[in-house]
Amino acid sequence: MDMGMTMTQKILAAAAGLEKVEAGQLIEANLNLVLGNDITSPVAIKEMDKFKAKGVFDKDKIALVPDHFVPNKDIKSAEHCKCVREFARKNDITNYFEVGEMGIEHALLPEKGLTVAGDVIIGADSHTCTYGALGAFSTGVGSTDMAAGMATGKAWFKVPGAIRFVLTGKPAKWVSGKDVILHIIGMIGVDGALYKSMEFVGDGIASLSMDDRFTIANMAIEAGGKNGIFPVDALAEAYIKEHSDKPYKIYQADEDAVYDAEYTIDLSALRPTVAFPHLPENTHTIDEIRQMEPIAIDQVVIGSCTNGRLDDLRTAAEVLKGRHVAKGMRCIVIPATQAIYMQAMEEGLLKTFIEAGAVVSTPTCGPCLGGYMGILAEGERCVSTTNRNFVGRMGHVSSEIYLASPAVAAESAVAGVISAPEEA
Amino acid sequence: MNAKGSVFKYGDNVDTDVIIPARYLNSSDPAELAAHCMEDIDGDFIKRVKKGDIIVAEKNFGCGSSREHAPIAIKAAGVSCVIAETFARIFYRNAINIGLPIIECPEAARGIGAGDEVEVDFDSGVITNVTKGTSFQGQAFPEFMQRIISSEGLINYINSQS
Repeated sequence: MDMGMTMTQKILAAAAGLEKVEAGQLIEANLNLVLGNDITSPVAIKEMDKFKAKGVFDKDKIALVPDHFVPNKDIKSAEHCKCVREFARKNDITNYFEVGEMGIEHALLPEKGLTVAGDVIIGADSHTCTYGALGAFSTGVGSTDMAAGMATGKAWFKVPGAIRFVLTGKPAKWVSGKDVILHIIGMIGVDGALYKSMEFVGDGIASLSMDDRFTIANMAIEAGGKNGIFPVDALAEAYIKEHSDKPYKIYQADEDAVYDAEYTIDLSALRPTVAFPHLPENTHTIDEIRQMEPIAIDQVVIGSCTNGRLDDLRTAAEVLKGRHVAKGMRCIVIPATQAIYMQAMEEGLLKTFIEAGAVVSTPTCGPCLGGYMGILAEGERCVSTTNRNFVGRMGHVSSEIYLASPAVAAESAVAGVISAPEEA
Repeated sequence: MNAKGSVFKYGDNVDTDVIIPARYLNSSDPAELAAHCMEDIDGDFIKRVKKGDIIVAEKNFGCGSSREHAPIAIKAAGVSCVIAETFARIFYRNAINIGLPIIECPEAARGIGAGDEVEVDFDSGVITNVTKGTSFQGQAFPEFMQRIISSEGLINYINSQS
């Protein structure tokens, strides 16, 4: 019997010019956007020189966002950024974002309207899967794929099978998208969705803000997923219309689509969740943590492509308002884009952070990957709203990262030990 | 095409942050990256690795970041092949695209230990543990990927198509 297609398969079939695709099939798809940053683009730019055909396929469909070690952290990083800047100038790249307009790529591109429903997007950054929140197929690749994408406007894919996550109910006050995705990764493991799509469906989605959905799609890669994707509802469509004048197309999974597995998650039953070192799957709920010896911490980071958006900063400010971080605590807040930074300023959030004894930084990926702006010393512990807690990720090989939501991170900064707001 | 060398053995979920820590990503020079390869998981690796040696790991090798610097560092360190039970998908693509031979074989991942002498025949997918006198059938690449590998990378393959 002819089986239906998942939402991801329908987008890929259309981009490959095929009526029908099935899991495992190798296809060549047309790309709507190719993304790179200051770490991955220089390697891709070097590869570009090897192509017989010169130049880029479409100067409007490439986005170059220096954000990892920017503003330049050292001379070598400055050279990388210079390489990207000169390539952008030489090829007249429309969407190159200099310091002053740049932000963390996965917060910036949706905000600038460059990612819309139905798009096929590759980015030389693993968290490119973020744009699935808008009903796009987007996935992380390496620098050679980025180079080939920039030159030809195409990429090869093995059509993925899918796992379906049916979300029901409404999350409690201090439970966010971060808790949803940490719960899922804890449940299926860091390779639980290896090579597959993670398709989120169900009436629970209506109670998730766009920022929650970006956070959830963003961490699909932490379960090994090829992409994470949400249906396009009225909220997502309103977001697209507000930010973009690009044409978009809404795809829906066929009713008879086949999934490799299905999980139902009652959002109302979820609790604030923390991933312990050194894997995102090592999750514990706040209730379990409250039964343990207190876990003292040295630093808190609130930011990144996972949790540096306005909802995240509003939540952190709500927790920190009128309070002060623990003595000896370093609390680093990093709005993900200039627009978020500006809005946070206008709403008084930055004042709240500074009064609470936190520092506020210009947008950068910085500490998330141990670049700069918050490196950990030997044996230090950090509660971070970022996405990875691997060995040595944020600094010394013996340092520890606990992944959590902005609410948990902010409360932990005040308490000095891993905590959640009291009423949670 | 064949690979032969002694084995460095690792467990599950070897991530790209331990393969090449981000503090070294301000360089894209293969030799410089190789000098820090595996530094945060095995400080002795780079002192002991010889040209042709083989990495064998368990599940989800190369998970995490999309940095192509990870397979580049491994290749530039002299490693001739990575065998794992499974690979993270971006690492898998990147390795093929830059021409680092990799092969999925759960039985080999379990049946090969640190220091074993191993030989890999890429045409047949047969992995031989010379030390223990055992052999395993690895998963052969689909034809499309074999064409990329035999072109020595994605860009040469695309050039040959145009």
